[in-house]
Amino acid sequence: MSVDRAIAAAEAPPIARRLTALLAHRAVWPLVALVIILVIDAFFAHGFFRVRVVEGRLFGSLVDVFYRGMPTALVALGMAVVIGTKGIDLSVGSIIAICAAVIAWRMHEGDPHFVILLLALGTGLLCGLWNGTLVAFLDIQPIIATLILMVSGRGIGLMINLIYGGTNPSFTSPLLQGLSTGHIGLIPTRLIIGAGLFALLWLLLRRTALGLFLESVGANARAADLAGISARLVKLSAYLISGLCAGSAGIIIGADTHTSDPVSIGLYIELDAILAVVIGGGSLAGGRIFLGMTVIGVLVIQTLTTSILMSGLPPEFNLIVKAIVVLIVLLLQSNNLRAALVRLFSGRKR
Amino acid sequence: MTETSTPRVELLGISKTFPGVHALEKADLRLNAGEVHALLGENGAGKSTLIKILTGALRRDEGEIRIDGKTVEIDGRPEARALGISVVYQEVNLVETLSVATNLTLERQPLRFGLISWREARERARARLKRLSLDIDVDRPLGSYSVAIQQLVAIARALDEDTRVLVLDEPTASLDAREVELLFGIIRDLKARGIAIVFITHFIDQVYAISDRISVLRNGRLVGTAPTAELPRLKLISLMLGRELERAEARRPIAAAVAVGRPILACQGIGRRRYMGNFDLELRAGEVVGLAGLLGSGRTETAKLVFGAARPDAGHMQFEGKTISIRSPRQSIRLGIGFCPEDRKAEGLIAELSVRENIVLALQTKRGWLRRLSHAEQEKFAQEMIHALGIATPDADKPVGQLSGGNQQKVILARWLVSQPRVLILDEPTRGIDVGAHAEVVALIRRLCDRGLALLVASSELDEIVAVSDRVAVLRDRRKVGEIGGDDVTRDNIIHMIAGG
Repeated sequence: MSVDRAIAAAEAPPIARRLTALLAHRAVWPLVALVIILVIDAFFAHGFFRVRVVEGRLFGSLVDVFYRGMPTALVALGMAVVIGTKGIDLSVGSIIAICAAVIAWRMHEGDPHFVILLLALGTGLLCGLWNGTLVAFLDIQPIIATLILMVSGRGIGLMINLIYGGTNPSFTSPLLQGLSTGHIGLIPTRLIIGAGLFALLWLLLRRTALGLFLESVGANARAADLAGISARLVKLSAYLISGLCAGSAGIIIGADTHTSDPVSIGLYIELDAILAVVIGGGSLAGGRIFLGMTVIGVLVIQTLTTSILMSGLPPEFNLIVKAIVVLIVLLLQSNNLRAALVRLFSGRKR
Repeated sequence: MTETSTPRVELLGISKTFPGVHALEKADLRLNAGEVHALLGENGAGKSTLIKILTGALRRDEGEIRIDGKTVEIDGRPEARALGISVVYQEVNLVETLSVATNLTLERQPLRFGLISWREARERARARLKRLSLDIDVDRPLGSYSVAIQQLVAIARALDEDTRVLVLDEPTASLDAREVELLFGIIRDLKARGIAIVFITHFIDQVYAISDRISVLRNGRLVGTAPTAELPRLKLISLMLGRELERAEARRPIAAAVAVGRPILACQGIGRRRYMGNFDLELRAGEVVGLAGLLGSGRTETAKLVFGAARPDAGHMQFEGKTISIRSPRQSIRLGIGFCPEDRKAEGLIAELSVRENIVLALQTKRGWLRRLSHAEQEKFAQEMIHALGIATPDADKPVGQLSGGNQQKVILARWLVSQPRVLILDEPTRGIDVGAHAEVVALIRRLCDRGLALLVASSELDEIVAVSDRVAVLRDRRKVGEIGGDDVTRDNIIHMIAGG
């Protein structure tokens, strides 16, 4: 099929050829979807693009999209890495619950808040270590291995609440809430954290050879092994990264809600994260990690949610509209459909 | 042996063409009742196509099929089975997780009031097994039995009351000696009942142990058929290998003249049970060692054991005089051993990644994940190799899965060349690549060797082995049966050794 496409591209006139190349590019469709949603917003959601400064910080729907989407973006970045290794991490929502419970518990015990921050991140890593060990060293299928923590994690959160009676799991912490809901200059702190984590991950994947190894293991584990890559360690690292990302999201969501509520915190976030990765062009068959495109995927989902809320449509429509848009994006990414479109644009009839 | 002159089954002038390939060209096969007929041939000789036509899985383009002298049409598997022709394929077509009884009645389940009658199913299963004098618990899952028993269950399923022809496609591939004897006992028993048995195998010893008559296919034609007793091994192997082209390609000058270097890698008694018999092998700098043998003789197995892709359970190894206990590919690569596998797609290429990434992969693993090769360095290595090996690709960023077979092979070779190995193992380096690329790869092997690399080359093409090797290790039935070097490396000598002459 790709050969056909190349032939079609070579024989088409220059403008059509450029268009063909553009249409074939993986980044096009999620961006097109995002732009279309924004264009619709410009007409129907009044004041969507207006950004004001209120109480010394940026304010407006557009900022809101980034603000609300940030926890999902953090989780989705970790998910992109795991999916790149042909795995999946269903437990991210539960990791968030455990981290928030650990924060509330240690607050209750009166630990220094900076230590608590590290403890929360450490908890995320520990959860990643558990998942990674099951997948990499015990060869349990990722969907099952992470399902264990997905199911038990919220229970673990509840039990942590019980350590101190569980009567009042709420907390306040200037440090953590500053990270979650505060702002530095005009910019919400969590956006800076998100950008920082993105940069860190990008460096880890693209400035060391870890990204190449992760993708090799995901694309062809047997060949990667014969090329000398230690598939087990590489897989383990993917789940550690995912655990750390979920831990960061746990800090932001937990501090935002001021409480440890293991039953509902971060519920279904794993599904949004997986969706974001897939919208961003990642394949569950593994082999490629697109960090930037994953963020675009999150923005598509979040813009859609925010737009529906702003448009005055009853919130009941939210899920259906979301599903339809996601379906369209995925259809556009389907190779068969794309090849058909390319053929249409390059004017070749067969 | 044959009481009548009419064979049970005759396949006459059978031809079959697939797009671009003449799988069979006027091939004949005659099977007599009460006879074990060995059907032999190398890869692509047309054995499986012929069998599929006999059993109704494929339709012939031309030719005639007669059963007991009467012309018949076989339009599908059910028709073949109705005519009493059954087949047991190499990959056992059974479901390991289901019970033996279910497996044996999978196609025709006894119904009672429209529901499956399990009692009836068990009885039928036991009756089928009884034909093979096999008494096992039919309620246990098939997977809980040994491969040998599973094989027998597969035969039991294929055998009907009125089966007249039974085809066994490599039934002994994963059996040990004792299990093979058990199977042979049953084959003799079936033979005594007048069933014509087609026995396909790569184990020459087994051919002589069980078969009454041998037919050899090569390039889609029947090149010889004779009673086993009248066909000596040497003749048989010459028939199988044939002689593709009379290119008396100049053998490379014997490296012995350059006083071949010290041994880099020495294996003593390396082997693995049910995989490959223990062998000794020494690889020296600047020398090409060929691995020759028929299909299934253990070439790939030997290569994988040396590389550590399969873990040996016997013997030890020395690398530059120091005893090493590998064994994982990772360790081997650190030591400077490279391995180009036979199955490029499954074991070599990372199809989604670019040509550049595929080329630097082994070097990068050698350096570890922290010392990443910069994009510029990667590009430099990739361009060097694309140029040196003549890899046809518009640029180094093209996903390697989109290249042609020959170019993919070169990319994998390039991967190992940039990692600067001391020892390089090539399993079927020219498999699936066109003639031009073939010559290039052979020339490349010679150049590498001149640079002081130790090479181990496994190939099914005898001419290629003779052309490149200074020394040849000859394999038969998963055992190393000998080694020849210097001027003795000739086609005839290798064939003699394979035949066990």
